[in-house]
Order: sequence, then structure tokens, then C-alpha cells
Amino acid sequence: MTRPSEHAMSEKQVIVRIKRQPGPKQPCHWEEFALKWRPSMNVIICLRDIAENPVTRDGKKTTPVSYESNCLEEVCGSCAMVINGKVKMACSALVDSLEQPIRLEPMTKFPVVRDLAVDRQFMFESLKRVKAWIPIDGTYNLGEGPRMAPEIQERGYPLSRCISCGSCLEVCPQVNEGNKFVGAAIVSQVRLFNMHPTGAMHARERIQALLAPGGIQECANAQNCVAICPKQIPLTESIAEVNREAWKQSLLGWLIG
Amino acid sequence: MRQPKVIIVGGGLAGLMATIRVAEAGVPVELFSIVPVKRSHSVCAQGGINAAKNQKGEGDTTWRHFDDTIYGGDFLANQPLVKRMCEEAPGIIDLLDRMGVMFNRTPEGLLDYRRFGGTLYHRTAFAGATTGQQLLYALDEQVRRHEAEGKVKKFEGFTFLSAVIDDSGVCRGIAAMDLRSMEVKVFPADAVIFCTGGIGAIFGKSTNSVVCTGSAQSSLFQQGVDYANGEFIQVHPTSIPGEDKLRLMSESARGEGGRVWVPRKPGDSRPANGIPENERFYFLEEWYPKYGNLVPRDIATRAIHRIVYQEKLGLNGQAAVYLDVSHIDREILDRKLEGILEIYEKFCGSDPREEPMKVFPGMHYTMGGIWVNNEDQATNVPGIYAAGECEYQYHGANRLGANSLVSCIFGGGIAGPAAVKYVKNLEKGAESTDASVFDRERKRQEGKNQELISQEGTENPLTIWKEMGEIMTEHVTVTRINKNLEAAHDKLRVLQERFRRVNLSDRTKWSNQTLNFTRELENMLLLARVITLGALARNESRGAHYKPDFPNRDDANWLKTTRAKWCNGEIHLAYEPVDTSLIPPRVRKYDAAK
Repeated sequence: MTRPSEHAMSEKQVIVRIKRQPGPKQPCHWEEFALKWRPSMNVIICLRDIAENPVTRDGKKTTPVSYESNCLEEVCGSCAMVINGKVKMACSALVDSLEQPIRLEPMTKFPVVRDLAVDRQFMFESLKRVKAWIPIDGTYNLGEGPRMAPEIQERGYPLSRCISCGSCLEVCPQVNEGNKFVGAAIVSQVRLFNMHPTGAMHARERIQALLAPGGIQECANAQNCVAICPKQIPLTESIAEVNREAWKQSLLGWLIG
Repeated sequence: MRQPKVIIVGGGLAGLMATIRVAEAGVPVELFSIVPVKRSHSVCAQGGINAAKNQKGEGDTTWRHFDDTIYGGDFLANQPLVKRMCEEAPGIIDLLDRMGVMFNRTPEGLLDYRRFGGTLYHRTAFAGATTGQQLLYALDEQVRRHEAEGKVKKFEGFTFLSAVIDDSGVCRGIAAMDLRSMEVKVFPADAVIFCTGGIGAIFGKSTNSVVCTGSAQSSLFQQGVDYANGEFIQVHPTSIPGEDKLRLMSESARGEGGRVWVPRKPGDSRPANGIPENERFYFLEEWYPKYGNLVPRDIATRAIHRIVYQEKLGLNGQAAVYLDVSHIDREILDRKLEGILEIYEKFCGSDPREEPMKVFPGMHYTMGGIWVNNEDQATNVPGIYAAGECEYQYHGANRLGANSLVSCIFGGGIAGPAAVKYVKNLEKGAESTDASVFDRERKRQEGKNQELISQEGTENPLTIWKEMGEIMTEHVTVTRINKNLEAAHDKLRVLQERFRRVNLSDRTKWSNQTLNFTRELENMLLLARVITLGALARNESRGAHYKPDFPNRDDANWLKTTRAKWCNGEIHLAYEPVDTSLIPPRVRKYDAAK
């Protein structure tokens, strides 16, 4: 590499526009930053650069940007945000693959805490609502678990990789002010637990929870969820399967009065 | 009757297991975590969890697991609890299986096991290459169930600041900060179990998550909780270098047949696939014929450093070697390793199924941690317990791969009942502690916040953090030289001085991440010094602690546990004997079967 191009590279900039909001329900505004480009830069590195020198592009001092992050390898689900209009994990959003200026906004389906940080407690409450667990008797020694065909494991494992990032809720037209749809991730967890030999013993309860308002009937089959899921979970398959079970259960309930 | 209460700080594997056990005993639990517990760092564990189930008919036993663990840890671990852990590991796998973990299966529907470093047996159960995530989720689900039943109350979005310790030296609760309102609050409890994980952030870049700062451990240390074997830091041989973090490439890649190599010709610029077999140097296989690519991590890491820095054989002259799985059947790769291959693809842009990955060692784990006793995870302060990576008990001078998940669950599993027993036997609980004890701790912590928020300084906390990370990575990881350690310690002291002039770029009172980070940084700087001083003092080489000037293990002088104490505002190193009552120490070498 020749010297001039090295120089040009060191001068290369990354322009980032960030929607700032100091707290819940407060007015928001945009700020623009010019950062020094480096190879394999991701959105997290941009936010860290800003924290180290919180000055906007036009030279105004500001505060570091609030955001959630933890594992930085797309397995904890923390850093979901809207990047250039599309919900993405900030850690795996590589600058070189993004059009500039890079626009960062908080997810819109969850209440903003500050800047890009949102409150996704709704998802964890929904997991409670559908009893997304295997009800074991206790942690004392009761021997091995049930045997499981490799085929079941191969279907279950991809579902169990859901990181509760909330991307599927973000893109779902049915998740809105007037509708408390739990979202595809939760429906998929019901499928996972109902598939497990022990979990299946309590399948009815979970389906019942999805027959209440905000349950599976709210899904309008837009199929945005499966397209956006960063873990490629077959969410629409899950919805279809749980839907069939839900129909069966409610029909049966109606027949036996 | 008095209703005792237990607080658990940290919601990774150890914290969740402890929570379940305390809840099962009918004692109310308050669980504190910086992040929603489902996002804890345990999700990053990839390869698997060890248990000598002998499911491949190889004659594996729990004693062999115990021996491998002690030998792998270069005889620095106290043996009785390690033995118990290995004996209970098969039961832990059964429990996780009952909880619904989607472990990989054999055609017979049994759990599948793979090989891992430092053993010749198939002893590692796994769920794809995201085992930690799967285990954490299983425990998270059980805790959610207890939460729904009202037995557990979660405080997610809170950070631990300090223990509340009364005038008789007994822990009566904690002070924590709500990370939204930034309010300091005190929470009375009769016992507190710390499960606060790793300390990667002290090294700047590591394989750890953002929350793994060691801040809680350091804060406790400054309140009189001893810290043991801090100098034992595991550098994982295979990670992907990055500016924000070093992303782990699991040992399971090698467990499934992955090979580490470099071109024999220095600076060979041909693409990897164009280099014929006989021009590739599989140095681990040549140097360690018996264990090959599955030598323990300290050995593999030093070998890679030797290849890069002494033999000058790094890829294109750079600090990298190949980790190659491209010869393995695609279907097997997708079934057993997809999680990690996907990480490589996303962050590096090339497909490891087609071409070898470029990796280099990265700081990964601390064997050292909060001192706990040899029976039940109790620290030296009554009412304080510790479990998981934050304590020092199970891994000696080097941890074997896939032993961390089992030690977290085992440690958390015994800390819970131990705390329950303790609180039930207390004559007087936190409810009878004078309110002034809580008030003074709250005020002390509020004072610190106020000072940081209002002071006008010139130093940026992130800059200090980066410098600390560079010092620690350069001098206190793979190769340790006394004069460099001394210089590193001096520099850390200078950073502590500079910290006093720190300037917060955010002085707001709502969700101020800068304030929280700055508080953590102060604690990190102190713990960095504990680690560095421990390394400086230990003039021998043992496990992950390697000093070229003292290349051998020295049992006569150094078969002892470092026990750092906080005395009058200074770090004091004390030592105590290691319990080697079950397996007499012998020479550790991996070029032949042991």
C-alpha cells in the first residue's frame, strides 16, 4: 500500500445520525457525529467513539449516547436498535455494510428509557404468561431426563436460540398501541415447550394462555417476523403449528361446552 | 417468627442456580442484575459442559474427571470440592436435561458427548455450539417460574455498589444503584451470594461481555473480603480479534476435529486452500502428539505465541494462525458447531466451512477470584457467599474447557443451601440491625456519586480504561517478566492518580451510563493492581502463569494459594497451603499421556 492511500484511509469518516431522547416521554432531537473510520468497525464502536469524545459534527458538546449492549456477539439480545430504518443488532451491524449517514433510532414498539435504550420487560412478562418453562418437581436428583429423538432436538434447538431481542415485535404490524399481541417470539417458545416430552404434559395451559387477548389470534400473517429474525428462527412455522393446536383446543372446548 | 431473606447478586448460571435452590428451600430471594438475567454473560459459553457419564464406553470415571481437572490446573486447586464437583457433574447434566435443555442427541436418543481440551475422553455434553446460552435459558425459565409463584423478586437494571456490613463485621445487606433513576438504595438481607462473573474488562478487550468488569469483587475486596489467586488469568488460544471485543472461537471446533496450523514458509502469501498439506505446520499436533489440538488452553496459547513471536510464522507476518474446520463434513459442522461458525461469518465475512478461520489468543477467564472456604462457598465475611467465575475455588492455575459451566452450577447449587442454613441459624437478622448502619452505607455511596458528578476534571474515563486494558494485556497475560510487571504496576498507580481528575461528560440524573462506568472503572483499577502484584510476587511458572525467568513449577516455594487482603487501604498478599490431600502433585506435561 502506498503512503497517500494510507493517508486517505486515515481521513475516511463515518457519519452517524442519532435520535436522542433524554428520558421517557421527552421530546427527541437528532445529533450528527463524524467519526474516524477503521477496518471492521461496527455500530458499537461508533457509540464508544462518541462516548470517548462526545462532540457533534458541528462542534457542539453533548453527552454520550445511552444504549444497551452486553455480549457483542449477537447472543445476548441486548443491542437491538433501528439502524437505517431497519431493526438490527448493533454489534453485528458492520459500518462498511451500511449506507451513510448511518441513522440510529430506538426501537419503536417498546418504551424508550433514554436515547437508544428501551424497556423490553413486556417480553419477559409474556414468557411468564405462557408458562415458558418445564415444570420440574425439584432440583434434587430424579435421574435422567426423557429420551428424545435427534429429530426433535434438531427442531427444538433452533427455537431455543431465541435471544428475546424484540426484532419480531418491532416489525409486526399487529404490535401497536391498540393491540397487546405477545409477538412471534413468544408463540415460538410455546411451540418449543409443547414439543418437549415433559413440557407436552402441560401443553393445554400454554395454548390456553395464547387464546386470551393479545394471543395467537392477533397474528395477521404479515410474515415480517421470520424475515427479520437475526437467529433465523422459523417463526411462521411456529405460528402455524401453534395456531392449529389453538384451533383444536378452542373447538374442543366449544364442543364439550 | 422472623422471616429471613437472601440476596443474590448476578443472574448468570451460578446466580440463577443459587436462586432456585434458595427459593426451593422456601426462603424469599431478591435477585439483582445489571442486565435482564436472560442477557447474562453465561450465554457466551459455547462448547459444552463436562460430566464423566462414560456414555461412549471409554471407561471414563468421575475420578478421571477429577484427576484431569487437578492436573490441568497444575495442582493449585484445593482438591476436596473439585472432587465433589466431578462426582455431582453427571447429576447436574441429568437435572439440566430434565429442565428441557436441547442437548445434542445420539441416534438412541441419549445425550451426545464430544471431546474437549485436557482430556482423552468424550466427556462434554453440548447443545450445538451455544451450550452456555441453552443452560442459562433453562435456569432462567425455572427462576421465572419461581418469580411467577412469588418466591423470587428480580431487580434487573440495578448495579451492586457495596455490602452493608455492621459494626461486628457481619453482612446485613447491600447498597445498589437503580441504573435508570441513578438512586442509591439499601436492601437488608441476612445473607448475600455474589455470582458476579468475570473480569474481562480489566484487560480492555477480552472474550467477556460488557458487564464483566469485576467491579463487585473489587468493591467487596475493599470492604475486607479476601481475593485469591488473582494472577491466574486464562488466555483462550482461539479468538477473533476485534476492536470492541475478542470473539471466542470455541475449543469445541478442535473437539470436533478442527486443526490449528500455519504455513511452514514464513510470510507465505498464498490463500490457505492453495497451500498443500506437506507445507502446513500443524504445530500442536507435532509438539504434543498425545493431545494434539486438544492440549489445555495455557499450553495452546503459549504455543501460538511461540509460533508468532519466536518462530515468526504468523499468517502474513501478523499475529494470527489458522483454525481449520474446512475438512469436516458440512452437515456435521452445521449440527454441532453452527453457532460459532455463524459468528465468524457475520463478523469476518468469510465462511469457515470453506476456508480456515484466522484466530489469535484472547483474554478469556479468571481462575482467581473471591476467596471462599473449602466447604460451602462462604467468604471470610459472615453472611457473604460467592459462586461462579467470581470466586477462585475450582480451577487452580488453569481451567479446563467445559469445566466452567459445571463449576458455576455446582457452586451456585451449594451456595444457596449454605446461605439458607446460615440465615436460619442467625440469632438476629437484618431486621434487628440499626437503621444507621444502612443509612451510613447509602450516604457513603451517594457521596461518591455526587463527587463524580460535580467534579471538574480533565480525564476521560474511557481513555483511562483503554490505557489500563493495554497495560494489562501487554504485561499481565501470557508472558510475565518481573521488571515489566513492576512498570505495569507503577502505571496502574498513575492511572489511579489520573482517575482522581476524571471528568464526566454526562452529569444528568437519569440513566447515566457514564457515571456507572466511571464507578466501575475505579474498582477495576484496584483489582488490576491485585492481579499484577500477585503475578509479580509469584516467581515460578504454573498453569496460565508463565515467567520465562522462572520457567518451572516450584512446589517447594509456591504450592500455595495467594490470598490478597485489604489492610489499611493497601493491598497485602498473604499465602495459605493448598489442600492436595487426594492426589499428590506430579509433573504436568501434555506431550505424552499422563
